[in-house]
Amino acid sequence: MHAMSTMAMAGKGSCPLITIQPSRGLIDEKFQITVKNLLPGQAVTLHSLTQSEDSDFWEAFGHYVSDGKGTVKVAEDVSLGGSYDGLEPMGLLWSMKPAPGSRPGLRFRKKDVNTPLVMRIYVYKGHMRDGFNAESALACAVTERSYMAPGVRRTEISQDGVLGTLFVPPGPGPFPAVLDMWGGGGGLVEYRSALLASHGFVSLALEYFSSRTMGNASEKNPLTGNEYFEAAFIILKEHPQVASEWVALLGLSFGTSVALGMAVYSSVIQPSCVVCISGSHVQPVKESISGVFAEFGKNVHKTRYDENNYVIWRDLLLPIPTDPNKKVDLGRIKCPLLLIVGEDDQNWPAAESAEDMERMMETAGNRHLLTTLSYPGAGHLIEPPYSPHVRFSNFMLLQEKKKVVVLWGGETKLHSYAQEDSWQKILAFLEQHLYHNHDTTPQ
Amino acid sequence: MQITKMEKSITAMAGKGSCPLITIQPSRGLIDEKFQITVKNLLPGQAVTLHSLTQSEDSDFWEAFGHYVSDGKGTVKVAEDVSLGGSYDGLEPMGLLWSMKPAPGSRPGLRFRKTDVCTPVVVRIAVYTGHIGDGFTEASALAHAVTERSYMAPGVRRTDIRQSGVRGTLFVPLGPGPFPAVLDMWGGGGGLVEYRSALLASHGYVSLALDYYSTQVMEKSPDNDPSLGYEYFETAFTILQDHPQVASDRVALLGLCFGTAVALRVTAYSAVINPRCVVCISGSHVQPVKEPISSIRAEMQKNYYKFRCDQNNHLITRDMFLPVPPDPSKKVDVGRLKCPLLLIVGEDDQSWPTAESAEDIEKMMETAGNRHLLTTLSYPGAGHLIEPPYSPHAYASKMIVDQIKIKVTMLWGGETKLHSHAQEDSWQKILAFLDQHLYCSPGTSSHL
Repeated sequence: MHAMSTMAMAGKGSCPLITIQPSRGLIDEKFQITVKNLLPGQAVTLHSLTQSEDSDFWEAFGHYVSDGKGTVKVAEDVSLGGSYDGLEPMGLLWSMKPAPGSRPGLRFRKKDVNTPLVMRIYVYKGHMRDGFNAESALACAVTERSYMAPGVRRTEISQDGVLGTLFVPPGPGPFPAVLDMWGGGGGLVEYRSALLASHGFVSLALEYFSSRTMGNASEKNPLTGNEYFEAAFIILKEHPQVASEWVALLGLSFGTSVALGMAVYSSVIQPSCVVCISGSHVQPVKESISGVFAEFGKNVHKTRYDENNYVIWRDLLLPIPTDPNKKVDLGRIKCPLLLIVGEDDQNWPAAESAEDMERMMETAGNRHLLTTLSYPGAGHLIEPPYSPHVRFSNFMLLQEKKKVVVLWGGETKLHSYAQEDSWQKILAFLEQHLYHNHDTTPQ
Repeated sequence: MQITKMEKSITAMAGKGSCPLITIQPSRGLIDEKFQITVKNLLPGQAVTLHSLTQSEDSDFWEAFGHYVSDGKGTVKVAEDVSLGGSYDGLEPMGLLWSMKPAPGSRPGLRFRKTDVCTPVVVRIAVYTGHIGDGFTEASALAHAVTERSYMAPGVRRTDIRQSGVRGTLFVPLGPGPFPAVLDMWGGGGGLVEYRSALLASHGYVSLALDYYSTQVMEKSPDNDPSLGYEYFETAFTILQDHPQVASDRVALLGLCFGTAVALRVTAYSAVINPRCVVCISGSHVQPVKEPISSIRAEMQKNYYKFRCDQNNHLITRDMFLPVPPDPSKKVDVGRLKCPLLLIVGEDDQSWPTAESAEDIEKMMETAGNRHLLTTLSYPGAGHLIEPPYSPHAYASKMIVDQIKIKVTMLWGGETKLHSHAQEDSWQKILAFLDQHLYCSPGTSSHL
């Protein structure tokens, strides 16, 4: 009771109140955080806190000053410092870093997409940088951010040798669909597909670069041959709730290699459009996917290291070869292509590859199919928005069974801007080519 | 659900290959939040029906529908377009909720009430071709989406209160507090209703949903309750004040129906209960003030002969307190009130004489010189059950009448559209009133 009256006197009897709107949203939605009933012109720190599935704490904070009414509105006011500054409505999410004392090399990834991410926002007196103790907060609120909208159904797929997770929006359909491919070292990542289904697309998060599918990686392993991806595409096309003419490919990193190779050379896979994030067209075109991987292995001597001994792999595919057998012939692509490039990508030479792809398409006369979004200061891991940016993280080399620290690149604010902007543009691109172009036959 | 390839291509051809998509924003919200429903990828100028469906805890289906025509882009936006008919018409962004009625074939006399506030109300919104009034099957919809609407914001904690003889449920917002608080009292025959308190906590108030009507406090006679029944409510009020997360000088009373009678009575006469402000919905100040609170019920029973029935044999009970008596011992002396009072009046209230009582309350306060404390919001066409917004309007529903123990159909009154607008407007005004007097006003003195 004594503590209560001290607090009451501290605020001269007012009760600070913090609200988050919406209190339950999707992971890619913006929120509005408002703090009311502070003193006018009061210095406060807003602090966000969440705990990952691995039990690590991630946090961010911003320094604000309340207005004449004792109100702070994060969507309208400027952060004067902290883990982010400036007018940044979503800074309390994307600028999150592991709490002091955490293990190094962490990356924030949620495996279980059935449950929401739970995040608390606290407000403290004064401009603090550490010592955030919940008991001394003036007020607190919590928000739940989900990967799946209500009604979206998740099914594990193990069919015709194909492994993955399927997400289907509610309703009879038919819906357009996306074959969603991540890159190396991720295992099966579901959250992007869960979000795509929340936006009206059937989405198959394809498992192909994991110990289950790569196990004894060899060119003869049917699970990682081109037939594997063709089988996955057919599963989507023939799904009773998929509009079979409207299936897209979306790849990040190595997934880009798969997407481009399949879109150009496969007679089975004819996507309505393709989205490639942080990847390259450079690959031995007559090989299966595991052959591509082996080709990279031949260039491992081009690995560089930064001052912290973090691994830089972007040179493994440089220089962009002139030999047409060593890169996908983009002149043959027949559908719209969206390239997302982080100009500070330290993992893949996405920018150089994008330039070369544009040249090839200019020469071949299909340049009009290409849209390139290039983001200064963005790194390799361009993911759905507001997830914390990491410039480097631990990475397990599958075959050598060795852990290294990989440099992804990117400056946090610019990278986060790129995630927000590119996700909007990806959704608009998919909507345009999968939902709207229904009077024109796919080219 | 099996859809054959043939059905798939027929559906595709029907829409000329387009895939209608319906979105609800937010897909998860609080029960009192507005949503925006958008349907895209229809044909331009296409006639469609939007249909909402939910299932109550008693397994009854409730539904609403509206007739729309898409614009030149094949889009319908419920927040901006006009419904041409259905269970609601006009520009009504929330019509698919508040105009819900029990599905055809349901038992009569139903009222939509959720007892479990820990889980959301799940509503399915579907779009159908053409302007239809029935035959809303899942298989024939063009598209559907789902929204979850919760009573509790994340972080709100619910606790059963069984303390010092008081029964109720406490809802506390997340955070250290201290928070202002509300003692929340419903009326007769409802049991312990939690959803309004759950919502209040979601808006930053500690709220105690008080169970009193079915407890012993209403059974005591004057001989064994010298406190006139105030003690139970005083204990409840003190429990709130003393709660470690409550700002003890910022506690309000909120009552509906019989809860109004209690709120006015204890505020005027209890030495212990000194609320910062009081909200009274659909109630009256008429009661024998020298008798225990329990005798209000007895007084009502004496006047059962005044009950009327409408043409459907629905019971109209509003006359039991009429005419408003001039005798001061027969009504709460509201001239004694020292805190702001907000009255919510449904002008078509068939259950209690709310409008007449509000007029008399105003006259008394004018005479006593404390009229400046009073705000009255009077809603034409609104009935008795003025609840948090968007819940389906109940014009009449079954209830067990006190003491007689017969189930009758009570006429609550209200025209659905006007009643629903009253719920939306009054709830906003109630929250603003509580915000003004519990959060914003400085100091500890209880006058304006």
